[in-house]
Amino acid sequence: MSVIQADTHGIADLPGKPDNYLTHSTGFKSWALSLDHKRIGLMYMTLVLSAFALGGFFALMLRTELLSPNAWMIHGATPSETRANTEVFYNNMFSLHGAVMVFMFMIPAIPAILGNFVLPMMLGAKDVAFPRLNLLSLYVYALGACFFTYILLGGILRIAFGFHLPGSTGLDTGWTFYTPYSVRPGYADGTVPATLGAFVLGFSSILTGVNFITTLHTLRPKGMTWFRMPLFLWALYGTSVIQILATPVLAITLLLLTAERTLRVGIFDPALGGDPILYQHFFWFYSHPAVYIMILPAMGVISEIISVHSRKHIFGYNFIAVSSIALALFGFIVWGHHLFASGQSPLANSIFSLLTFSVAIPSAVKVFNWLGTLYKSSIRFTPAMMFALSFILLFTIGGLTGLFLGALATDIHFHDTYFVIAHFHYVMMGSTLFAFIGGVYHWFPKITGKMVHERTGQIAAWVAFLGFNLTFFPQFVAGAHGAPRRWATYPQEYAIYHQMSTIGAYIMSSGFILVGLNWLHGARRGRKAPANPWGGSTLEWHTPSPPPHDNFPIAPTNVGDPYDLAAWEYVSPTEGWVLKKNYVPAEH
Amino acid sequence: MLAMPNILAQTGGSFWLPPQASTVAPEIDNLFYGIYYLCVFFFLLIAVLLIYFAIKYRYREGVPEHTDAPKHNTALELTWTFIPTVLVVVIFYYGFVDFLDLSVPPKYAATDVVQAQMWSYAFTYPNGLTDGELKIPINTPIVFHMSSSDVIHGFYIPAFRIKKDIVPMRDNVIWVQATQLGKFDIYCTQYCGKGHSEMRNTVEVLSEDDYQNYLLHAEDRFTPWQLGQRKYNTFCFVCHSLDGSANTGPTWKGIWGSTVTMEDGSTKKVDEAYLTHMITQPNVWKLQPPFDSRVMPLFNLSDRQVKAIIEFIKSPDKEIVPASTESATAPATQPAQ
Repeated sequence: MSVIQADTHGIADLPGKPDNYLTHSTGFKSWALSLDHKRIGLMYMTLVLSAFALGGFFALMLRTELLSPNAWMIHGATPSETRANTEVFYNNMFSLHGAVMVFMFMIPAIPAILGNFVLPMMLGAKDVAFPRLNLLSLYVYALGACFFTYILLGGILRIAFGFHLPGSTGLDTGWTFYTPYSVRPGYADGTVPATLGAFVLGFSSILTGVNFITTLHTLRPKGMTWFRMPLFLWALYGTSVIQILATPVLAITLLLLTAERTLRVGIFDPALGGDPILYQHFFWFYSHPAVYIMILPAMGVISEIISVHSRKHIFGYNFIAVSSIALALFGFIVWGHHLFASGQSPLANSIFSLLTFSVAIPSAVKVFNWLGTLYKSSIRFTPAMMFALSFILLFTIGGLTGLFLGALATDIHFHDTYFVIAHFHYVMMGSTLFAFIGGVYHWFPKITGKMVHERTGQIAAWVAFLGFNLTFFPQFVAGAHGAPRRWATYPQEYAIYHQMSTIGAYIMSSGFILVGLNWLHGARRGRKAPANPWGGSTLEWHTPSPPPHDNFPIAPTNVGDPYDLAAWEYVSPTEGWVLKKNYVPAEH
Repeated sequence: MLAMPNILAQTGGSFWLPPQASTVAPEIDNLFYGIYYLCVFFFLLIAVLLIYFAIKYRYREGVPEHTDAPKHNTALELTWTFIPTVLVVVIFYYGFVDFLDLSVPPKYAATDVVQAQMWSYAFTYPNGLTDGELKIPINTPIVFHMSSSDVIHGFYIPAFRIKKDIVPMRDNVIWVQATQLGKFDIYCTQYCGKGHSEMRNTVEVLSEDDYQNYLLHAEDRFTPWQLGQRKYNTFCFVCHSLDGSANTGPTWKGIWGSTVTMEDGSTKKVDEAYLTHMITQPNVWKLQPPFDSRVMPLFNLSDRQVKAIIEFIKSPDKEIVPASTESATAPATQPAQ
């Protein structure tokens, strides 16, 4: 086995000014019609982060309303009018928060932004297998976003000017669109645009999945066997499989829901002879695997960061790789745990409970392997590493609290309470979002060619981590005491938890704002980044930062162990890490 | 933390859980604490290792890096695959066993009916009484048959650790045996629209004597006409219309004082004697088709309830103002909140 040929020593000596994907061509069309996966990733980043900002704004509205046990935010002439207005506002806010965060941020965040940017480079390839499909997926995403913008616009017009946009007086069904509420005439007006929006967004997700699977099958370089792929690619592979297999079920379900609402066909509405529990089965058959669309790529990012920033070969490569695939598969057979309290038969409940516990094992295996990686390592507390270490702690809490929810008897008590809210925010937000931020920090030098101000990033990580725990840990206690989710008002006894939570949300938000400022500042004024600032050994670190339009000045020809970090030595902040001369990798 | 004693005082339970007021609550709480201590152990194991490694193996300039660190260890991998597998199977088992206790009511349990709609509950007792408040006797298993007239609602009593969705057109059943006197919250846990968070009620656990007393006197606060209307809305409306439209039984519009024709051609005047007979012995006198007296069920009604229904039939549109002005109660079609 030998290290790849395209070492970074030669890059600076290439004749002429080095090519750079950011400046390769200019003008609006060079971006809007670009087939370059790196530019598409960046454009995705703009859209997806806008969606995140919007979803975050909705979340802050929710938390602010919950400062008081009574409804108070939207004033009316009488107290009961105030209550009614606020309840409608709150219900719209939590529905949009959930729908925007799930469909527009969480699902595309890591695959479409970081995956798009990094995946071809990790393969030493020029681009994904289907660059045009990649661009199409971006536009499909933008189209889907239009539907949600329409709902939002409808809500704003109604509240500000009393003007009713057809088909949209807002969305108050929750992101789950449960029937029969979502199909009742005169209620839940935003159901049709929202389900169509999610339907369209689903296609964007499918296109990305198809592209990644094909790319991973066909464009791996010589020498990169499946078990020499970076773990991030394993994670993206598992994710893509779920996207392709599960998303069409959501598409069918949402179409049926739209048909039920507009044509009254009688599938899901008991008043028409339909079955609302059938809807829940259809919905969660997609939406549970979708949880793994969100968490798997995050785990892949963490495997990269933990190894590189602790200067240590990843521990238990095979087990981490296989556990990604195991999670992708197990994720398909556990959806019934969302129906434990629905009146689903006790037999089905019992089977789903047993199956649900299967996902605990690969999750535990990953956490222990990350810990194993840290053993006898040399940890650099870069912002990326701090977000990754936060991830491990938060994911551990999120995963362990899942045990209460997998066990039938305790789940019955916790189902639909804040305990569940806290659990999935620890997994979805504390894990996926923290991994996403860590991932952006990790690849920031590669994406922008600049370094961020590290100290600011470290402070932001602390603020976000502490704020996160203050926000969501009290929700475990509130939920264990019975506080139901999706309540605009609540009994006085839960006030203390809600107030702690709201204060935590403000603190956490300032952490995220600091992250955003840190990135903007880094991109504009940051110090120039070397080709390999962290000493990572996956192929994207073998090319300049930012990479040229074609990714590699000299195509990598022979690929070794992606975690053979000992092949690199540190030179200086400006030159970063360079390959050791005459390095002979140890066989393992 | 200063807030801590405050939290305990407010809820009457422990730091984590509400009071235990049902037979299943202690066993579910035991499972909770079993999982809880397991979680605390594993969290501490992982957190302590993480922090220890982060400090011990932090990068320091000039300190040489370890070169002997292992890349994999199959025995370790198998250990941390195998131990969690065993643990989750054990957790599943106890969750399953306790769930059976939650799901299977004793055979001799009494039956109540819970009716949910946006955004309130109504409760019907074994004797036919329907009320907006729920009272149950202590130490007695009660089965609730739950139905919804609009969307999916939830029925959750934290102190009892029981919860189930109320799904339209589906007979969802839940049961409980209360072990503690007092009032406990009922929450709707399935999002049902605007007033979802106001859809709360309470269950009051009474001694057997107090419970029987409640059943006997719960309807005393209604005037006969109001009681009659309540009974109509519970039972009679299925077959008898108030607006003259055709249904299984004769409409009650204008029936009072009219003359009906029997199967043998004879006629009877609709008066108190006739109605009392038709309600209490429904299958004896046979009406002329299209009506068939044999389909009229026999209801378990007290004399006061029968008289109340007759009062209602006399004037279904509005109450004939009684001589004594009783303190006004809520319109009887709305269950009292």
